[in-house]
Amino acid sequence: MASYRLFRRFANWVEGEEVYPIPEIEKNGSSVREHPITEDMARVRSSDEGVGTLLRRWMDSPQGVAAFRRVYTVTAALLCAAIVTLLLVTVSYLPRFGAPDNPANNEVPRRYIEQGLSETGAINVVAGMILDYRAFDTLGESNVLFAATVAVLILLRDDGEGKKKKRAIPELKQEPERERPDPILRASAAVVGPFALLYGVYVILNGHLSAGGGFSGGAILGAALMLLSAAFGQEKLERVFTARRCKALTFLALMCYALLKSWSFYTGANHLPSGIPLGTPGSILSGGLILPLNICVGLVVGCTMYSFYACFRSGGMRDGT
Amino acid sequence: MNIITIFLLTFLIVCAVAACLARNLLVTVIIFMGYSLVMAVVWLFLQSPDLAITEATVGAGVSSILFFLTLRRIRTIDTLADADAEREEEVS
Repeated sequence: MASYRLFRRFANWVEGEEVYPIPEIEKNGSSVREHPITEDMARVRSSDEGVGTLLRRWMDSPQGVAAFRRVYTVTAALLCAAIVTLLLVTVSYLPRFGAPDNPANNEVPRRYIEQGLSETGAINVVAGMILDYRAFDTLGESNVLFAATVAVLILLRDDGEGKKKKRAIPELKQEPERERPDPILRASAAVVGPFALLYGVYVILNGHLSAGGGFSGGAILGAALMLLSAAFGQEKLERVFTARRCKALTFLALMCYALLKSWSFYTGANHLPSGIPLGTPGSILSGGLILPLNICVGLVVGCTMYSFYACFRSGGMRDGT
Repeated sequence: MNIITIFLLTFLIVCAVAACLARNLLVTVIIFMGYSLVMAVVWLFLQSPDLAITEATVGAGVSSILFFLTLRRIRTIDTLADADAEREEEVS
């Protein structure tokens, strides 16, 4: 029976009805503030009410609130100190940073460092690791980003249905975006924006040669797009970047990644000959599949970042045609 | 462990505590931004430039912008329109 009551309460809560009746609480609250605490307690005792009501009334009184604040502060500080101590003690048990006999220094990183260049053709060992040895993990990560983009677009999309809902709920109504030509932002974005875009492309294309790669480069591209969108208005970028195109681009990049890597797995993986030349280490067209995979990851990340921005900013990207 | 590293790590701790204690959410986000930038430099000192680039873009750039936008959407930051309305009220 108790479980049925609990379920009814949950169902009411889901349907938006108040679980606890409001008038009773309001009555309590107003009566407490009018009477001093001692009278209140006496009245409660005489009328034989439960301990819970008494406690609630005491909590509503100014003394109760002050005491609660004090207890809250002290408990928070104590908990914080305890967690900090626990973490510091744990850290003191960790092996020293960079020590040669660390458990992480086993045959796996040794193999990566010694054979990485000849097996993957990438000078940047990190790129060789995440896009060659561990390329399957990176595909999973890109899919997580795609799922996040789709979820955000579903929740915050800007179409007729969404507008109707916004009209129904006045708090969520978006005021018309007043584009203010901010001269400082515009001038600096006009100078920095193109270089930031170019730098993002450089970081993606040079992922197998120097530090960086698809994720960092894609994030730089996304940040540059955000800057341009903030400076020159979202409408201008929406001529190129609509939600539909963003989704299509992300999907194509992921398909490309999956197909390229499938080919590599189809031919046996493990660096068996797959017909893809590794090239001379150091030149831009080297590293086998790493360069195209980097481009795919960069596109996915850049689209994700920018569509997050567009959705968070003004209630969604337009779907476009 | 040279003196610059110690200085940066101290700055990180100060930033982390300040971000918790700041009352204004906008200030918290800006402190967090500074934390990420210094963290990027620390990554560079730990010889991981890949992480440094990512931390500088995602930590200091993208996530802060998303935080700003969220704060504006939940009306924690005064939007331009609100500020204008207040000014008009003061004038009239």
